[in-house]
Amino acid sequence: MTGGSAALPPTPSQTIGPFFGHALPFAGGGDLAPAAHPGAVTVHGRVHDGAGAPVPDAIVELWQNGPEGRPPRAPGSLARRDGDLAQEFTGFGRVATDAEGRWSARTLRPGARAGRAPQVSVCVFARGLLHHLFTRLYFPDDPAALAADPLLASLDPARRATLVATAEPLGPAPRYRFDIHLQGEKETVFLDFRDFRDFRDFR
Amino acid sequence: MTPTQRDIDLEMAAHRAAYERGRASGGPAVDHPPRDYPPYRSSALRHPTRPLVAVAGDPEAVELHGPVFGHTDVSPLDADLTGQHGGEPQGARITVTGRLLDRAGRPVAGQLVEIWQANAAGRYAHRLDRHPAPLDPHFTGAGRALTGPDGSYHFTTVQPGAYPWRNHDNAWRPAHIHFSVFGTAFTQRLVTQMYFPGDPLLAHDPVLRSVVDDDARRRLVATYDHALSRPEWSLGYRWDIVLDGPRATWAEEGR
Repeated sequence: MTGGSAALPPTPSQTIGPFFGHALPFAGGGDLAPAAHPGAVTVHGRVHDGAGAPVPDAIVELWQNGPEGRPPRAPGSLARRDGDLAQEFTGFGRVATDAEGRWSARTLRPGARAGRAPQVSVCVFARGLLHHLFTRLYFPDDPAALAADPLLASLDPARRATLVATAEPLGPAPRYRFDIHLQGEKETVFLDFRDFRDFRDFR
Repeated sequence: MTPTQRDIDLEMAAHRAAYERGRASGGPAVDHPPRDYPPYRSSALRHPTRPLVAVAGDPEAVELHGPVFGHTDVSPLDADLTGQHGGEPQGARITVTGRLLDRAGRPVAGQLVEIWQANAAGRYAHRLDRHPAPLDPHFTGAGRALTGPDGSYHFTTVQPGAYPWRNHDNAWRPAHIHFSVFGTAFTQRLVTQMYFPGDPLLAHDPVLRSVVDDDARRRLVATYDHALSRPEWSLGYRWDIVLDGPRATWAEEGR
């Protein structure tokens, strides 16, 4: 975990607490793509605790590839010019859950490299959660890509299902539901990157 | 029925002692708090009980990069929390400065630092904070800045007050400033809290003491730096932040 000979010890995590609402949410935080974009899709869901109760004081952050399959490099990830189809896709979104634990965002389907299924990287913060949690939201549309994805393939089917959003064929634009269970029978698969080090060969 | 501060203190001491015993018998140092820390009651139903799945071999490229911020995301006014409402807020003016570094000690430049805090009386400008302390019309308590080329950040604000909460009977949070920071990789994401030296409440707070390693916990406490204090203006605190987690190396290789 130290990664190098002169590694500095890291600053510990602390909970986001209950009172981030005047600071972290930003206007258009869930609008990664403008509503008028022909490729816009909605991803949404609820955050639940171990008793199945909604978590009304969570933040869900989304970060993803652009449609062409690479991490966006456009600056201005907090800036939104709604309706401006020429605005570059920054791939970052942040939404707070509402009183019923719901979150929603509008984005573009990410591209993926060969052998990987399209996914959105998700980071969850909440009051009561002392250290954020990472997970992945996979799109369900391409079963062959899902079957080939190494992370999904390493999980048993019930656990794997927690990472795959459900398509909702309602309305004119595609919608995908992705619930996050912090604990319990339907507990979402959360990811740990800290044992990974010196990754240099993905070019 | 409701636990007292003494009950919580004993629980926290037991967790620390168990950790120290583990260390003495060769266990690893643990920098981050366990997500399951019973003295912080709200963690009970909000931590996963299954082990995290290690993405050791092959993270996605997107996870090893992070969102890109720029000058359109912040204004210089965002870093002065005392200048956002046309009048001086109540309380002692302070500056908080430090550097954002990765674990190799390299500065993390151009990344977003966001802070939020209670006002001098211990009240958040948040509709759900019902603590009967005064709101301050001249203080919202939220700020943003981008780190400079040397990883440095600077905020001007007021010393936040301690405030009560309902974790246990007569529970009080020590004065703190919440920090949210991004690294060059999404895996380096960090949300944490900065505390103030000498605060007697530090010994009694289950959020801070969820960091069971003494050295790691000390890293959450800022240093008072007299050289940063400005005559007849403000008191200066220094607090460096070191990001954990892997990052991509291709950006610095010119891609």
